[in-house]
Amino acid sequence: MEKLKKKIGSLSFWIWVIASIIFRLILIYFPKNLNLSSRPEVSTPLTSFRRLAEGYWLKQSSMSPYAGSMYHGSPLLLPLLGPLTVKRIEGQPNHLLYSLVSVIADLVSAMLIRATGQNLQFAYLRTLESLDLVKQIEGSELRSSGNVAALIYLCNPFTIVACVGLSTSPIENMAVILCLYGACSRLIPLAAFGWVIATHLSLYPAILIIPVIFLLGRGPDAPPRKLFLQRHQQKGVLNESKLPPGFTWGPIIHFAFWALVWSVYLLVLFEPGTYGFILTVEDLSPNIGVLWYFFAEVFEFFRNFFLIVFHVNILFMILPLAIRLHHRPCYLAFVYVAICSMLKSYPSVGDSALYLGLLGWFVNELSDMQFSLFLFCGYVGVSLLSPVMHNLWIWRGTGNANFYFATAMVYACLQIVVVVEGVCAMLNHDRKLRHLITGKLHDAKS
Amino acid sequence: MALLRRPLLLLLLLLTHQFLHSWIVFGSVNEEGQKQEDFFEELLLKPLPDRKLLTHFHFQSSAPPSSSNGRHHHLFPKAISQLVQKFRVKEMELSFTQGRWNYESWGGFDSIPSSNAKPPGVELWAVFDVPQHLIDAMWKNLTHTLSGLFCASINFLESSTAYSAPEWSFPPASGNLRYGTLPREAVCTENLTPWLKLLPCRDKAGISMLLDRPSIYRGFYHSQRLHLTSTGSGSEGLDPGIILEQTLTVVLLPNSQRASLARAGEKHVQPSWSLSSIFGKEVSGKCVLAETSNVYLLLDRGLVAELKQLRKENEKSAEKVSTSENNWTNPSFELSAKPDRIFIEESSLLSKNPSILYKFEVEKYSESEPFDLVLTWKIPVVWLCQQAPLHASRFLMGSGNERGAIAISLKSTQSSEGFVGANFDDERCELQVDVFQVVPWYVKVYFHSLQVFVDQQPKAVSDTIEKIHVSPSKDKESPGVMELVLKLPCSVSSAALTIEFDKGFLHIDEYPPDANQGFDIPSAIVSFPNFHASMVFLENDSLNQSPLLSKFQEKSPVMSYTEVLLVPLTTPDFSMPYNVITITCTVFALYFGSLLNALRRRVAEEERFLKDKAAKKTGRLPLLLSKLSAKLRGRQSEPPHSTPGSSSLVNSKLVFKVILIAGLAVCWQYYFS
Repeated sequence: MEKLKKKIGSLSFWIWVIASIIFRLILIYFPKNLNLSSRPEVSTPLTSFRRLAEGYWLKQSSMSPYAGSMYHGSPLLLPLLGPLTVKRIEGQPNHLLYSLVSVIADLVSAMLIRATGQNLQFAYLRTLESLDLVKQIEGSELRSSGNVAALIYLCNPFTIVACVGLSTSPIENMAVILCLYGACSRLIPLAAFGWVIATHLSLYPAILIIPVIFLLGRGPDAPPRKLFLQRHQQKGVLNESKLPPGFTWGPIIHFAFWALVWSVYLLVLFEPGTYGFILTVEDLSPNIGVLWYFFAEVFEFFRNFFLIVFHVNILFMILPLAIRLHHRPCYLAFVYVAICSMLKSYPSVGDSALYLGLLGWFVNELSDMQFSLFLFCGYVGVSLLSPVMHNLWIWRGTGNANFYFATAMVYACLQIVVVVEGVCAMLNHDRKLRHLITGKLHDAKS
Repeated sequence: MALLRRPLLLLLLLLTHQFLHSWIVFGSVNEEGQKQEDFFEELLLKPLPDRKLLTHFHFQSSAPPSSSNGRHHHLFPKAISQLVQKFRVKEMELSFTQGRWNYESWGGFDSIPSSNAKPPGVELWAVFDVPQHLIDAMWKNLTHTLSGLFCASINFLESSTAYSAPEWSFPPASGNLRYGTLPREAVCTENLTPWLKLLPCRDKAGISMLLDRPSIYRGFYHSQRLHLTSTGSGSEGLDPGIILEQTLTVVLLPNSQRASLARAGEKHVQPSWSLSSIFGKEVSGKCVLAETSNVYLLLDRGLVAELKQLRKENEKSAEKVSTSENNWTNPSFELSAKPDRIFIEESSLLSKNPSILYKFEVEKYSESEPFDLVLTWKIPVVWLCQQAPLHASRFLMGSGNERGAIAISLKSTQSSEGFVGANFDDERCELQVDVFQVVPWYVKVYFHSLQVFVDQQPKAVSDTIEKIHVSPSKDKESPGVMELVLKLPCSVSSAALTIEFDKGFLHIDEYPPDANQGFDIPSAIVSFPNFHASMVFLENDSLNQSPLLSKFQEKSPVMSYTEVLLVPLTTPDFSMPYNVITITCTVFALYFGSLLNALRRRVAEEERFLKDKAAKKTGRLPLLLSKLSAKLRGRQSEPPHSTPGSSSLVNSKLVFKVILIAGLAVCWQYYFS
């Protein structure tokens, strides 16, 4: 019976995967009607396809692709994706090959998310077992988080739009996921590769080194170690094999070595201009973030101060989160990714797609998160209103910039609520586990 | 004493001798130089096909190479020579233009339009004789100087976003060239007055007396230009020789009330005009400082051909004896004064109909008998001016404020077909077109989207574009420059270039006061290097006497400027920067505060703590201390007794804090005051 259920589950999973891919292909064949590649929500100055094509053209005409201020992406993407921007097949849509690459990147990311999710779920079940909590949890149905996360990632309209809109964010997301997958399944060179590439492509994933270190040093997510000790202490027997492993430095040194190797390999391509462009917010074209309008309006005198404040906002949160969530490195990585996608200089829906996909890993833990309906409605509302406001401001000229900025503001608030409520829910989940254990103990005692 | 005095005397003698010697040398050079400094004034009048009249004032003053600095000039404006010396300018051209030269009806092939038709606003280019790294600094200083000299905002060309360095498409191509335009500069009398100040007679005598401000600024087009060339760069301490050319080109509609009333039936009769009717003034003699002072009347090739045709018809119909011996009394028009000379253009390969030039010398006239030229048309004449091989126009495509495209369309002018064919019969027929386009940085051009259409058919870029040079724009740093060489087949009837762009978003301070008016994209320059506009007039001796005619003889490539484009850019809300700043900061505070609060809170411990507090009402610190000591001792913590000293303990902590802060404040004050 169980097996059959599982089979049906996996069958429906594959059906959904195929459906989402077919949907993408259908959209690729009607690119003219959608014009997604020029939407400000999809293509930022960093991920824009047209800018990539311009960079490639400049490179082909033996100029530096960074000669103007058009292309700011990584020099790595130029030889990889550049040729696809000019290659055309007769009778087919213009950028078919490039779109296919994005679709494949999405598919690969989804599969990696699934594998990582299964890995996480396995670890979760094992910890429950070692805490003898399987029965309590079993009451509430346990969903297969890998499949859920992969489907969220694949069927998310944000991912689809980013993929069909020819932005480079599917590639960037794949690098981040590659890094987390490698760290979860202890493929250290792969994790180092993913981390170096992701950092190289968009700088912000650099802070993922902290969750990666925790992952490699201690293994995937588990309740706090204290809980195990408490449990075993009160049981009276200290079973070492059932305890989660302690922190080991070996894999981390291994990781550092590999990261060094990869970054030396990439150092040849290093282009300081791209990082400068990210950090100084030079391009003030509208996007779904809040920084563009702020820096278009703020007085020149305070510009540097606010640049520092906004970037430090990301850095300030690293340490408290790491202290509080160190036993759940994958969740920590999710929170970091979410914070970055909210506060980065040129955010796009592709970044949101990534953290929403990762959120699927924790369906079991976050099942009692608050405001989930409100958040869902908020996301839907913002993604409908934002193009309308943009159209009113830019194309019709009847609205003004504040209309569009207001939706960006609401979007930022929504993401803040997601992050804060998510962190609260995860802490509450740990608390619940502890209550269960202590409650059980009390039961046993009495 | 005497012994001591003698060498002193000797020394004095020696010194004076040396001084005298140098004085003599200096003097001789001076004498050579003096006779070279000269000034010419000329006026060219040319009837245009659309009932208008082109008046072209041409003043030229030149200073020969001379020694020593700070020397006074006789005729040459000192400000200009100082400017040339200081900034080592090799060649420079500054033009102030209002209105647009109508290439279709005023012609685009002669040397007047190709060197005097200028884009609206201010155009400045300069070639410097300094090492590469100094050019930009020189340019910046030059713009400020010129801005002061001509009462214009040329200093806005100082910023690196406003000027560019074309490599080869701009005709005086050279690596040391800088080029900048201000399309929106308003030109008025305040710019003309300083320009006139450079003339030795100002507008008090000579031809420049005609420069009546209201009639000039009433015209359809006026362009005041200043071109200077310095020759013989300062070797051996010589100051460079400078040739300063000042031209004013005005297109006017002659006030022809009487003529139209008299012949109401004949619409096509060109309006008759006189110098006094168009300028309201007459020329009373020449400027005494000028070498020559001439007025020319030019009938261009098309007009001459048409007149010949008319005359033939007349001869056939009326069988009159033609009066072709004296060209100036023509059956179709009448001149009030007898020309002193008539030049007929040396018949070239291009046309069988040479243009005719009538020369009037102003010298012969005086205060009592002022010079006035009246031209009266007798019969209607319709003709066409000679056009450039392709007529260039430029326009914007797309709507909305996000993106768009610039299109340059080149249309073949019918008149050109004849000579194109004649020119390139035997060769492989190709028409070379140079395009030079500068776009400001906020118009972000995608150069990869360049498309070429020949006869409405899209063509591969590599087939039609022979050479391309692009320097992409950098945000707030440099404009984008595109230089192209197009090779089009001679039989082309139309060609178009399109290039896409995104509109940039500026900082609130970077918008001009009238932000919603839009931003100007400067004119593109389309030139035809295979075609040269030159008119050679058969002259025997007086060739070097007239700079205007020698200017006509120069082979200058045919050039035309396209329209200035107005690009509306999106504007942010200018009224509420404070709201944006405060709201954004609130959102950030919300994020930071709520997340930190969520991380800090420990629900269970808070509950326990509250319980403890309710039960025992102890101070926090003793509780913690006792806990700590219990931990150290490895025992279970015992509930401490409520100590009476707890309040004093808290107080001492408070006092300690206050003292600490005060100490910090004192240190701060001490170090930073």
